[in-house]
Amino acid sequence: MALPKYTEPHYRIWHYVYLTICGAVFFFLIAPLFVIFPLSFNAEEFLSFSDGMKSLDPDAFSLRWYKDMIYGTKNPWGLAAKNSFIIAIFATIGSVILGTVAALGLSSRHMPYKGLIMAVLISPMIVPLIISGVAIFFFMAKAGLAATHTGIVLAHIILGTPFVVITVTATLSGFDHSVTRAAASLGSHPVNTFMKITLPLILPGVISGGLFAFVTSFDEVVVVLFLAGLENTTIPIQMWTGLREQLSPTILAVATCLIILSTLILVTAELLRRRSERLRGINR
Amino acid sequence: MSSETKQILTTDGIPLEVSLKKAERRNKIKAFLLVAPLLFFLIITYVFPIGDMLMRSVDDKMVTNMLPKTFKAMETWDGQELPEEEVFEAFYLDFRQLVDNKQEGKLSTQLNYTKNGFKSIIKKLRRKSKNFEEGNYKEQIMAVHKRWADVEYWKAIKRRAPAFTGQKYLKGMDMYKNESGEIVSVEEDRRIHRVLWLRTLEIAFFVTVFCFLMAYPIAHLLATLPMKYSNLLMICVLLPFWTSLLVRTASWMILLQQQGVVNDFFVMIGLVADDARPEMMFNKTGSYVAMTQILLPFMVLPLYSVMKTISPSLMRAGKSLGGTPFVAFWKVYFPLTIPGIGAGCLLVFILAIGYYITPALVGGASGTLISNQIAYHMKSTLDWSFASAMGLMLLSGVLVIYWIYNKIVGIDNIKLG
Repeated sequence: MALPKYTEPHYRIWHYVYLTICGAVFFFLIAPLFVIFPLSFNAEEFLSFSDGMKSLDPDAFSLRWYKDMIYGTKNPWGLAAKNSFIIAIFATIGSVILGTVAALGLSSRHMPYKGLIMAVLISPMIVPLIISGVAIFFFMAKAGLAATHTGIVLAHIILGTPFVVITVTATLSGFDHSVTRAAASLGSHPVNTFMKITLPLILPGVISGGLFAFVTSFDEVVVVLFLAGLENTTIPIQMWTGLREQLSPTILAVATCLIILSTLILVTAELLRRRSERLRGINR
Repeated sequence: MSSETKQILTTDGIPLEVSLKKAERRNKIKAFLLVAPLLFFLIITYVFPIGDMLMRSVDDKMVTNMLPKTFKAMETWDGQELPEEEVFEAFYLDFRQLVDNKQEGKLSTQLNYTKNGFKSIIKKLRRKSKNFEEGNYKEQIMAVHKRWADVEYWKAIKRRAPAFTGQKYLKGMDMYKNESGEIVSVEEDRRIHRVLWLRTLEIAFFVTVFCFLMAYPIAHLLATLPMKYSNLLMICVLLPFWTSLLVRTASWMILLQQQGVVNDFFVMIGLVADDARPEMMFNKTGSYVAMTQILLPFMVLPLYSVMKTISPSLMRAGKSLGGTPFVAFWKVYFPLTIPGIGAGCLLVFILAIGYYITPALVGGASGTLISNQIAYHMKSTLDWSFASAMGLMLLSGVLVIYWIYNKIVGIDNIKLG
């Protein structure tokens, strides 16, 4: 953002002040994430930079916490990771199916009570998590699903569907309904039309909604804290327990892995968003 | 509708209007059937349970069910003098039943909530009542302890007769109903909940303000920079957005601890002495800093999406008409961003007001919020009805804010990145 040559000095100063402020805010946003990387390679048991690390002594760095994460006998990370992935995958599948179908109905112009129904469908996103947690816990306890994988998957479907509904509805808002009518006039069954015409066109929205649902489930801790038993421990629960009790660098190793995972998800989501905008003909 | 249009028939010979209405209805049903699975799933697993919370929060059937005969006999009691023999007899019969089912402990806990001093006299009554003779229970019960002859204790029992109570809501506001039925506040030094409500509002408010002050310049920069630079900088906003909440909280715990990076840096530049490192975690500062950074993307994204739609030529027009850049900004640009400001502020405020994980980890005792109190009652004291009452109070607050949000921005305009 170059300034024109005729800019007066005090505006020029203000402009650099503004850029400095922006730089500081970006630093504030992103820097905390990067503290975790070097510390996860700490050879010692402390969560601060040792003198050896400051002078870049190779002996001060090690992979011991990564080894501990994977092979540590007392560590529940293996079980937690397995549970987290199983729960997140099933919750994503459930949210995507329920959410996409509902979004199709919602974007039909014949839908009655659209505002009210939309409010109910996205309410789990608006209501503070702690309240959702209490309510869902009461339901699961009554249904006998507390401390089961099924219960947690259902809870995460509740929390994940609003994201799918919103992203798919947004994608459908730019959708040309005449193509489905064309398919129907050519004798296609509605299900066939959906699979062959509609789904491929709204797929970017569906997948990015699915990513939101996946991350919501994978990262969810408040509701799981109420629902999970020892058998259903997940990565967030282990991190929560670890951060409250024994802050060991193993947590930082796990956190590094999670940051890498979220980077991958971010890249996928961004690519999908751009593809979706291209498909919908939005050029900015 | 004129009579001519009514006469238009379809090929089947049905009037067009009827046929169209039928098709319309079929489409409505079709659309509804698509929404139905999710709607019913959410109603059963989510909306009803929130209603269940409401029931639990006012439910007071426990004592009602434990002393059915007593409360029946008390119906005719005026509540002034000591009750008659029939009340005592009914109470004795109920009490024997409870002792046989080993439930008298629960009764004493419950009655002790209403009036202190029930615990010991119920224990004593249990021991003595084994040797009670038939008839004249009033004399025998009153002989167990002098408090059983005190009418105040019988009034306390009668107060537990209704099956529903608003007591939990009063407790959430640090109030209670005293013996003469007036609603009064608890003593000054025991008003823990009011402190928490105020602190929750205060932290949510200031976090929103900080987020706004930090998000506005960077959203503006992102919206005005050429695409190739802004996409790169956008990663700084989106990466934290997609990163696990616990990871971000963990990094703040590392940064803010006394031997942490921030303190090390302060010592290095000579801002503080090595032996006087300030406590930045386990207090309000910790909650403020961590929550601001975690919620910042939720402010940047709506601001950015609004600023993106503002044409740069508007600012140029403002300047060419003689405004200084500041005037042009204040009179032209800023008013156009108000929808984004509204959306971002309300989003951050709603999220902050219900925050739980981060305050619990970095907030310490002075930085915890109302959500932490709800979780504490759910998991530690197991006072679920109180947790429900507080949850619903919080929810009604959020719904009011949400209603304002809907008025300003509209529910359909929620954007995700």
